[in-house]
Amino acid sequence: MSDMTAEQKVKFYQKGTFTAGNRLVDQARRSVQASMERSNAITSGHRACQGCGEALGARYALDAAMRATEGQLIAVNATGCLEVFTTPYPETSWQVPWIHSLFGNAAAVASGVAAAMRVKGREQVRVVAQGGDGGTTDIGFGCLSGMFERNDDVLYICYDNEAYMNTGVQRSSATPPTARTATTPAVGPEPGNVFGTGKNLPLIAMAHNIPYVATASVANLHDLERKVEKAVAIRGARYIHIFVPCPLGWGSASHDTIRIARLASECGLFPLFEAEHGEVTGSIPIRRKVPVEEYLRPQKRFAHLFKDGGGERIARLQRMADANIKRFDLLREAEEAPL
Amino acid sequence: MFEQIEGSQAVAKAIALCRPEVICAYPITPQTHIVEGCAEMIRTGAIQNCEFINVESEFAALSVAIGSSAAGARTYTATASQGLLFMAEAVYNAAGLGLPIVMTIGNRAIGAPINIWNDHSDSMALRDAGWIQLHAETNQEAADLHIQAFKLAERLSAPVMVCMDGFILTHAYERVAIPDQAQVDAFLPPYQPRQILDPADPYTIGAMVGPEAFMEVRYLAHDKLLQALSVIPEIQQEFKEVFGRESGGLFHGYRVEDAETVVVTMGSLAGTVKDLVDEVRENGAKIGVITLCSYRPFPLDGLRHALQGAAKVIVLEKSLALGFGGVLAADVRTALHGRDTHIHTVIAGLGGRPITRKSLARMFARVERDDLKDPHFLDLDLDIVRREIDNQRSQITAGPIAENILREIGPCGPKAV
Repeated sequence: MSDMTAEQKVKFYQKGTFTAGNRLVDQARRSVQASMERSNAITSGHRACQGCGEALGARYALDAAMRATEGQLIAVNATGCLEVFTTPYPETSWQVPWIHSLFGNAAAVASGVAAAMRVKGREQVRVVAQGGDGGTTDIGFGCLSGMFERNDDVLYICYDNEAYMNTGVQRSSATPPTARTATTPAVGPEPGNVFGTGKNLPLIAMAHNIPYVATASVANLHDLERKVEKAVAIRGARYIHIFVPCPLGWGSASHDTIRIARLASECGLFPLFEAEHGEVTGSIPIRRKVPVEEYLRPQKRFAHLFKDGGGERIARLQRMADANIKRFDLLREAEEAPL
Repeated sequence: MFEQIEGSQAVAKAIALCRPEVICAYPITPQTHIVEGCAEMIRTGAIQNCEFINVESEFAALSVAIGSSAAGARTYTATASQGLLFMAEAVYNAAGLGLPIVMTIGNRAIGAPINIWNDHSDSMALRDAGWIQLHAETNQEAADLHIQAFKLAERLSAPVMVCMDGFILTHAYERVAIPDQAQVDAFLPPYQPRQILDPADPYTIGAMVGPEAFMEVRYLAHDKLLQALSVIPEIQQEFKEVFGRESGGLFHGYRVEDAETVVVTMGSLAGTVKDLVDEVRENGAKIGVITLCSYRPFPLDGLRHALQGAAKVIVLEKSLALGFGGVLAADVRTALHGRDTHIHTVIAGLGGRPITRKSLARMFARVERDDLKDPHFLDLDLDIVRREIDNQRSQITAGPIAENILREIGPCGPKAV
């Protein structure tokens, strides 16, 4: 909690807006992205869609990791959007040493890279593995759990856009209930993805008692950078789960990526918290609680909820959000947040 | 120094002499004793400066190996059977990325029905993955091939499988010459990767390749294996100069020069066949054996040349392409295309079925009389097979074939053939 409390002393929000900005922060605490010296780990020219949350999250995460390691970083990537849109051969966006092997093995490949660094006496070189939610919570889960269990010296970052977007928006075990995907169509008595399914990977990661687990969001980039820098300073297995809206898969406007990500946390559906050795050590309080409708309404994947009979399903989603708020005590400092 | 030693332990000692830096292990019979031996040597300090990683699956074993090899570490793992299939995606990937990983296959059948005994179904299933596949005839050769494999893999930047027959070699105690560290150091230089993950010189490895270049990349992977056809004999010669014995190469011939009938086979079976060749030759038959060491790349030209005097070729193999026939036999037919050599496919020893000299002698005699149907299944109990075929045809709910056969055979096992 101590670190979390310290973080809250600095308010990154610009007065009268809900934008996290740099202008009210002293130079030393400004975002990595505000610096001319940022590594630009994923440089421009890649093929991500307009408004891609994953491209944004990955750039912030890796630039923060590059700053924290002073450039001594190797990245491993699972198959997925991030891999495809950054490496249309012979071009590459990666300014860091980077390897893609398969869809389901990023955590294991990263374990191998870390082992090689150890045996070569180059332990100052740190290893980041990255994957989407499919590559993390589904097909890569075995390798990820093995990496956690061995406490290998790897920071694994999951960019969660809640479905298989690269293959055309199919359900993953990170797809929320009621969401329409190509394999959970919004038809029938229980439209969209069904309730009572899915995995909460941050909690599963915590159950491995690894040194560090955090959730982060592209709506709170200062917090994201801070968590990456904190994770990089720790040895052993670490996991950061980043919420990255996908305009294409969610049916949202590309200019709404940050707003939707913020609404996901402000309604309680995507709580921002961190944990060390299986214990929650901090969370970001909700500044202005919103009902889940505000988060759901701008996304076409939830459009069927706003037709006849959607009310009960929205109420169920609200109960899920409220459970998160209670579990992580997300309303504890809301009244202290600046306007 | 000669030791009376289990095949797996001999291989583990050979691996240790190669100064591996990362070893990944997941247990599967019959390769377990090899990685157990490695684990112990790391704990006792006999292997220095090496990470031993107990992973959660074979898929992870080879994936960890991909990471460590790409990061510049000499990397080893071992598997068999279901394990090789479970890592199949990574097998292709390691070859595609050009990573010089060495992996032992303790050759074992693939289920269902589950079976832990030896045949070549496992490595055959991955024969086209872009790995060099070397087959050991003896435990001496198994140990030697591992030392050669690292050199071969690193010279070509391609992964190498060293295949050794499960149980027949892995668990057999034989006299094996274990080399000195100084000899191995003289033979095998430190690993110098062609590409490496290094922050000082960042590379993108494993990028997406579209239709505009994929054919060329694939062709070059094929060409790399064809280059191995000349590199394998070079390394065989270099090995002989340092260690003073013949091991490896593309294939070994035994009494082939004047042979009218030549048996082509792979692995430990060659010993039995050689004994039988000596016996049959005493009765005047001109017969010889070719034991393939390099199955991939397949020495088409070399084999064609070596078999030019043979009127009959018997391909004796422990593999079966279901719905087709012999796997090795198809390769040998390609080598001999356009010739009128009479080629017999003999499938033998599936799932560990013993291959006896008596059965082989009877099969040879039938080949001499031109009285062998193609393909021939050595010691297949046709009565049981026919009854079960009738059973399956006569009733939809005939039940599972494997259990029906076991019930019919009873607790005493198959009748003597």
